[in-house]
Amino acid sequence: MSGGTQLENANPVIFERSGERLQTAADEDEDVHDPIDDREIFDLIRSINDPEHPLSLEELNVVEQVRVKVNDAESNVGVEFTPTIPHCSMATLIGLSIKVKLLRSLPDRFKIDVHITPGTHASEDAVNKQLADKERVAAALENSSLLEVVNQCLSTRSV
Amino acid sequence: MVFFFLFPPQTHCPTLPPGATVSILKSLFQDVHVQSLLLADRACVYKMLINVMDTREAELKGLGADFVFGFVQSMDGERDPRNLLLAFQIAKRIIHRGYSLGKFAEELFEVTSCYFPIDFTPPPNDPHGITREELIQELREVLTGTPKFAEFLLPLIIEKLDSDVQSAKLDSLQTLAACVAWYEHKDLAGFLEGLWASLRREVFQTSSERIESAGLAALTAITSCLSRSVLSSDSEDALSIFLEMVLNDCKHHLCEPDLKLVWPTAKLLQAACSASNRASHIIVAAVMPSLIEQYNSKNQCSHRRTLLEVMQRFVQSVKSSESSENEELVLSAVCPSLCSVTFAALSETNGSLQVTAMSVLISLARQAGLLSNSQIELAVDHLARLVLSDEDDTISLAVISCAGGLAELHPTVFITNMIPRIKKVIFSESIQQDGDSAQHTQPAVRQRCLSVLAAVSIKPSVAQESTPVLLEVLGAAHSGELGFSSEEAVLACSSLKTIAERVEDTEDSGRCFHDVIVPRLLSLALQAALKGEISSAHHSPLTQEAVLSTMVGVISTACSRLQPTLAGQTAVRFVSLFLDGDVSFLPGNSFPSQIKLLANHGDSWRQSQMVCLLMGCVCSLPRTAAVPQMERLLSELEEMSCTCSHVMSYTSAAKCFAGLLNKIPAGDFLDSRLQKTMTRILSELNSADSSVRMQAFTLMIWVAKALLLRYHPTCAALTDKLFSLLDDADLGPVAADGFSLLMSDSADVLSRACHADVRIMYRQRFFSENSAKLVQGFNAAPQEKKPNYLKALSNIVNKLPKQVQVTELPALLSLLLEALTYPDQGVQLSTLSCLEPVIADPPPALIQQLEALVVRLLPLTSAPNMNVKIASLRCIHALSRFPEHEVLPFRARVLRALARPLDDKKRLVRREAVQARGEWFLLGSPGGR
Repeated sequence: MSGGTQLENANPVIFERSGERLQTAADEDEDVHDPIDDREIFDLIRSINDPEHPLSLEELNVVEQVRVKVNDAESNVGVEFTPTIPHCSMATLIGLSIKVKLLRSLPDRFKIDVHITPGTHASEDAVNKQLADKERVAAALENSSLLEVVNQCLSTRSV
Repeated sequence: MVFFFLFPPQTHCPTLPPGATVSILKSLFQDVHVQSLLLADRACVYKMLINVMDTREAELKGLGADFVFGFVQSMDGERDPRNLLLAFQIAKRIIHRGYSLGKFAEELFEVTSCYFPIDFTPPPNDPHGITREELIQELREVLTGTPKFAEFLLPLIIEKLDSDVQSAKLDSLQTLAACVAWYEHKDLAGFLEGLWASLRREVFQTSSERIESAGLAALTAITSCLSRSVLSSDSEDALSIFLEMVLNDCKHHLCEPDLKLVWPTAKLLQAACSASNRASHIIVAAVMPSLIEQYNSKNQCSHRRTLLEVMQRFVQSVKSSESSENEELVLSAVCPSLCSVTFAALSETNGSLQVTAMSVLISLARQAGLLSNSQIELAVDHLARLVLSDEDDTISLAVISCAGGLAELHPTVFITNMIPRIKKVIFSESIQQDGDSAQHTQPAVRQRCLSVLAAVSIKPSVAQESTPVLLEVLGAAHSGELGFSSEEAVLACSSLKTIAERVEDTEDSGRCFHDVIVPRLLSLALQAALKGEISSAHHSPLTQEAVLSTMVGVISTACSRLQPTLAGQTAVRFVSLFLDGDVSFLPGNSFPSQIKLLANHGDSWRQSQMVCLLMGCVCSLPRTAAVPQMERLLSELEEMSCTCSHVMSYTSAAKCFAGLLNKIPAGDFLDSRLQKTMTRILSELNSADSSVRMQAFTLMIWVAKALLLRYHPTCAALTDKLFSLLDDADLGPVAADGFSLLMSDSADVLSRACHADVRIMYRQRFFSENSAKLVQGFNAAPQEKKPNYLKALSNIVNKLPKQVQVTELPALLSLLLEALTYPDQGVQLSTLSCLEPVIADPPPALIQQLEALVVRLLPLTSAPNMNVKIASLRCIHALSRFPEHEVLPFRARVLRALARPLDDKKRLVRREAVQARGEWFLLGSPGGR
């Protein structure tokens, strides 16, 4: 961390990563239909990189499996995320990264709702509103510098 | 400059009069301004200097410090990396060969150290091949070469450690570790505080593992330098002063309640601790008591585990002194309390705490002479309790490895304590009759017991106690007592195999297998086979294929490790049993006198399949051991493999035949034997209505493999036959699969472990001799037979080493691409699996075929079979790493096609689709790739 700029939360608490999902015999059985479940959605977003730390959202406890709700039959997904500090200016960016990751990884039929865990951020409503607005999300992704940061969050880290 | 062109020949001239060199050099240094010369001429000067240094060392040394000064002046300002390498070599010679530096030490340091840290990236297509690492290495050898540089180098390192550039930090840390190896305390004394402050900062703050480990290595080097320094009576002990400073800065982090900085702190202290015995004493005395106290005062499991892990690392890092006659061991003072903490943790209910405690235990046991006998007894008690009671997989794995480690160090305790207890549990009936739950746990406990028995038997003395228990299990399974299942029989056999592999190779252990275990196994198997023919009441599990094939593993491993005399005896015994029915060496002798194991039994497959045990023995013996009655043995095996109708029996006979054939020395005997067999095989195969074509084919494949491995010329005839069989109506698909057998290693016969004659690179050879035939055959074959060829091809290519695949691929690419369009799943799957590694590192030929590849891969992502979908998605994922301009045109098409597998009904398919699609999204997008 040699950058000259001061980090907002320079010394965050780090949480343990959960292991890989255990494979069951049903997973390998051709005839069984595996529904998309909470854990699967969580696995999609837990490895997203944090914009300012070399850590994943899971390690910072920004996303948790209990805050992921999915209904495969009705095709909707709800994700709540928790910024590490209430004034985190990265909250919108983190929300956008989660949203983009889900948009890229889920079938079209899903309605995706990403918002801040209630009561954990100073400007919760404003951020939620931005994330829910399809056109603003689309416009944000037209902005190449913003897209660059989002892509960096979504690229698999090569250590 | 004419003067200058004369130099190279002169320097090579051995007849230069004494003194001439010196005067030439003097005038060179005086009159030539080297840095205003051209690149090549400067190189010439350096080369000349190296040359005269090698040939006229004495004369140059006569020049004294002037030579050094002259050199410093001529290299000052050099900028070309090629010349720098030369200049560094001169500087190295000056330092290492004892030239007098005089008052120019600082000048020499300045003129070289201005390049530190090296920042150089070779230009693309660099013809000179100079790498950054090379320059770093050369410069480091100059800078660290002499303690005279210490007063200049150490401040420089401290300064560069403040740099923001990661590579500069890394280089500085590595240079520091290298230089203190030559320094003494007095060289370091003034800089210790500064160095420590920088090192501490790097380890605490860095995000890079390489910098952290380099920093720790530097700290270890400094500490060991200080430990080396000789104490004089009036000075203070440098080591303890330094460590006191370290401890003062660090120790409080170990005691903070949230344990946030505990890991970096512990790593620093452990790095210092591992430097020397004395450092270990000081650090352990300062740190361990407080860690133990803290452990006892914490309640949270995660904190306790962290502390325990820290303690384990400390124990591991302790350096024991070499001459430890009556010296006190580093850990002996804290050992009792450490043991009680460990044992307490073992009794906790938290799994991860128990696992950590076991690693502490192993580390303690590795400190020679530390643990007392009673402590080890107690440890073994705990382990035995965990084996018998705990359900958790991770814990039982940890117990098994811990028990294995301890048993290697303290075998006697395991013989007297662990093994009797385990034996008692395995054979106890009482638990079985308990309630329902107990009946469920029993098999799991038995399984763990069997694995522990295998894990602890590394010393022959332990193996001598544990193997009888395993044999008893097999005996009980055979007679149907105590409800041993066939899985448990398999497990007992694989434990025996593990022991055969791992037990230390001594006279005793070999004799134990030869005298006791192998005869007992044979006897049990034979009893089972005979009993199965008579009664139908209880079928012994020992006639099942799974049990027998693990038993083959035991016999084969044991036989392959036998000493020559024992090996010969074993061969005689096996052959006389199978050919003549000689049962005299088998224990429990109640066998009928007329046993003919290799005769054709009609439907008595239980006896005929015993031939696999014969294979396990005679095919694994060292090549020096002679197998008696070879001619008769081969005839009977051939007869059996061509006539028997039981699959396992005729396959084993064929394998045994092939295994023997592989080891027969080249000569007339082998050739005539082969001729007979070939004639028989071909006549059976060529008569379309023969009932034993499959048998003949099996024998052919195995014989072909045996010959292929040893490069025997007859192999060609057999492979030609195999190719022609690809068109065969019945045997076509089997023949295609046969190629996989030819190219892969087989587990129980014809492997290097069985001392078979395996030439290197036989696969490549086979491939290069036959790939053309395959392509020809494919083109000539009728449409409905083509899949056989494609399958054969992918079977062959799959097993080739990757380098060969890449070079051979262009010729076969069109065939492989065609294979992707065949509806046969097996062909698709094996083609995909051989394409995947090639795509990961694509040859130019593949890039030219990109369009065809993408067009064929995309439909497969919606194939009916999930494995095909997964494999094709992996290939598409790998495609995203092709050169960007090549794949970018396909981006939109791929993204559209991959939307469909995102909604696949199988999760594993979706996971691959998500990964592949994510990478393709990043392609060509800002911040992506």
